[in-house]
Amino acid sequence: MASVTAGSTTTCAHCGESCTTNDLMWTDKHFCCDGCKMVYQLLQKNGLCEYYSLNNNPGINQRKQVRSGKFAFLDDAEISDKLIQFKDSSQVHVNFYLPQMHCSSCLYLLEHLHQMEPAIIQSKVNFVSKEVVIVFDPSQFSIRKTAELLTAIGYEPYISLNDLKERKSKFNKALIYPLGVAGFCFANIMLLSFPEYLGLEDAEKQLQGIFRLINVLLSLPVVFFSATPFYKSGWKALRHGYLNIDAPIALATIVTFIRSMYEVTTGTGSGYFDSMTGIVFFMLIGRVLQDKTYEQLSFERDYTSYFPIAVTVLTEEGEKPTSLPNIKNGDTIKIHNEELIPADGILTRGKALIDYSFVTGESVPVLKEMGEIIYAGGKQTGGAIELLVIKEVTQSYLTKLWSGDQFKETETSKRHSFVDALSRYFTVGLFSLAIGAGIYWWLNDPTRMWHVISSILIVACPCALLLSNTFTNGNILRIMGRKKMYMRNAMAIEQLSEITHIVFDKTGTITNPKEQEIHYTGKELSHNQIKQLISLAAQSSHPLSKSIVRYFGQYSPNMSVTGYQELPGKGIEGFVDNELVALGSKSYITGQNDKYDPSTQVWIAFENTAFGYFTIQNKYREGLPQLMQDLGRNYKISILSGDHSGEKNRLEKMIPKGSHLLFEQSPQDKLSYIQSLQSKGEKVMMIGDGLNDAGALKKSDIGIALTDDSNNFTPASDAILEASQLKALPQFIKLSIANKRIVWTAFIVSIIYNSIGLTIAAKGLLSPMVAAILMPASTISILLITFGLSNVAGKRLFTNH
Amino acid sequence: MSAIIILLVVSISVASLFLFAFLWSVKSGQYDDELSPPLRMLFDDKPKESTSTKQ
Repeated sequence: MASVTAGSTTTCAHCGESCTTNDLMWTDKHFCCDGCKMVYQLLQKNGLCEYYSLNNNPGINQRKQVRSGKFAFLDDAEISDKLIQFKDSSQVHVNFYLPQMHCSSCLYLLEHLHQMEPAIIQSKVNFVSKEVVIVFDPSQFSIRKTAELLTAIGYEPYISLNDLKERKSKFNKALIYPLGVAGFCFANIMLLSFPEYLGLEDAEKQLQGIFRLINVLLSLPVVFFSATPFYKSGWKALRHGYLNIDAPIALATIVTFIRSMYEVTTGTGSGYFDSMTGIVFFMLIGRVLQDKTYEQLSFERDYTSYFPIAVTVLTEEGEKPTSLPNIKNGDTIKIHNEELIPADGILTRGKALIDYSFVTGESVPVLKEMGEIIYAGGKQTGGAIELLVIKEVTQSYLTKLWSGDQFKETETSKRHSFVDALSRYFTVGLFSLAIGAGIYWWLNDPTRMWHVISSILIVACPCALLLSNTFTNGNILRIMGRKKMYMRNAMAIEQLSEITHIVFDKTGTITNPKEQEIHYTGKELSHNQIKQLISLAAQSSHPLSKSIVRYFGQYSPNMSVTGYQELPGKGIEGFVDNELVALGSKSYITGQNDKYDPSTQVWIAFENTAFGYFTIQNKYREGLPQLMQDLGRNYKISILSGDHSGEKNRLEKMIPKGSHLLFEQSPQDKLSYIQSLQSKGEKVMMIGDGLNDAGALKKSDIGIALTDDSNNFTPASDAILEASQLKALPQFIKLSIANKRIVWTAFIVSIIYNSIGLTIAAKGLLSPMVAAILMPASTISILLITFGLSNVAGKRLFTNH
Repeated sequence: MSAIIILLVVSISVASLFLFAFLWSVKSGQYDDELSPPLRMLFDDKPKESTSTKQ
């Protein structure tokens, strides 16, 4: 320990983190902790060291040890059955979600599990969904052992209450099959239509019949299969008493088909099969692009994704893992370190230090004494505790939010796109025109009536509007995705463009949970004392200790600590350099209880003498005042905080005048606040990060979940934004407004095309050949316009900043 | 003329072959995970004994 010079820290061969000690060695490799060393030894024993050569330090830090017996609940067949995909006497296929999966090394290791454990027959990774399917022999191995093996190599499976429900495939194949079929039919029909456009000589007239017949056959799958998404959507909207854009499109498709069939059967023409299949094909491409989802993200999470699948219940016969829905009032549950509290309860044994960062975004744990009520959603840090359940899981304070009315929205109350509204006027106008023209021709020349009506319906199909809309939405979604704003769907873009009021959550949203502002007050510390201090603090996983280590980043915590002790809720102590160093709360260090103080203090003592204290305050995210000023120009701003009003003065300086600041807001208060704004006619955007914002996020017109890492769990929302991009929020809003303008532009251009084409065609100047080429050409030019304009808009907005 | 009909049949059947190949590839889940297959083929399966001889 003495030979190490400051600054020359070694990094762990497994996880790449800096080592606090050089004692942990094996062969020529250094390790930061025993856990990492064990994983390395295990992999080397099994000849899997290629894991380390594929990527630098691919491992997952093992400092936090997983409690043995954590997966005991998997021995319960009722619970483990939910994870099993397939089962017979010789094979069991089990599916695990491993959030730690991040590189090709992970893939390599997880697919070579059979090399470690002969009972494993095969393992296959799905990298996109971070899942692994493991096939093993049930006579030699069990699900619990599989989970424990994965944990031993650093990939602890994440098993949540959500797993109890049925899974559904995320990849949307429903549109891919129709698209493939439509593409095939469209291309072949185009090919077979050309001879007729070019003009057939008399000798080849027999061929015309064959070509037309094949065209009819090829159009059938398009009309009866590929176009069905449009029929369904249009019919569904009609049944709910409104018109969406798919209704006129479905109508135009059917009318074109009937008219073409009529022409072919009577021998009066070749029909419009090429145009019809082409339009269906392009519209399906637009749909597929627009519906592109971020498969690795989930926008639908409720509390079940956060909660564990089972918890230890203490019964007269001893500890028994019980699945969560079976927990009843009066049960005593045991919560171990790093476990989530699933139901409201009274603390009956142990000291609770609850980390509510899932719920509130606040990373500093809260101390609870025996007899106090602990609400569900927090995570215990420290030793095991026992709770007497007073409210069942579904009735708990936090989970009750999900049973509220705002989560029972029916299909009919869904928001409608402006495109649907536009197409409604369009359709009404179209019908009046078709009926008017029909009456006119019925009076003058009834033989031409149906011809005219069907022509109008075909020509005026709003497919250009649908195309420009879906393609623009798809492209804007992608541009935003590249900038780390992941929208749930195209509708969210439109909602974003219409907002008038922006509501922020405070803790974890506009403050950075990972960084704190730290000030030291007290006697001056020598270099050696600082090193002693951080060497001690580095032993603890408490967020405050971590903050102090980070604060003294230029020093390396490499002194050895003996007699280390962690007293939950109080502090830590240990001998460093033969001196007793202690870090902790004021009452622990000085022995005196102080009054309520809004800021967090960490006191330090050397040899039982208090030296001073660190004041640790929230740090606001970078560029926050600028962001608030930018947004304040066009929107009203509110900030809701679950905390006390200690930071009021500091915050007020940062936000524009006239903004609302509300403190001590419960999740229900936040929700009601959004509701009251909406009842005043405001379009509200809510930005939050924790489960306590979930109700407000859902209720708002557009809810954005902020996350520091998009692999983290976020509450249900309309969009997920990476925290580093919060400052670009005004640009995202501007881009969503540009989206609407681009759709309009493309739509107007297509109307101009149509009218020019129609006038020329009416004068008989357009040959069928030119018309057949112009139809797809105009479609493609519209797509180019939407792509070009949206890319230009995206570039202009994001390069200026 | 009969040549054209033969060509017609051939071209449509070749095109349908590709259509079915596409539909089959979607159904068999080849597009479900586009990240791991290109990585998977790069791993060499080595015998258990030859450890840590790399680099």
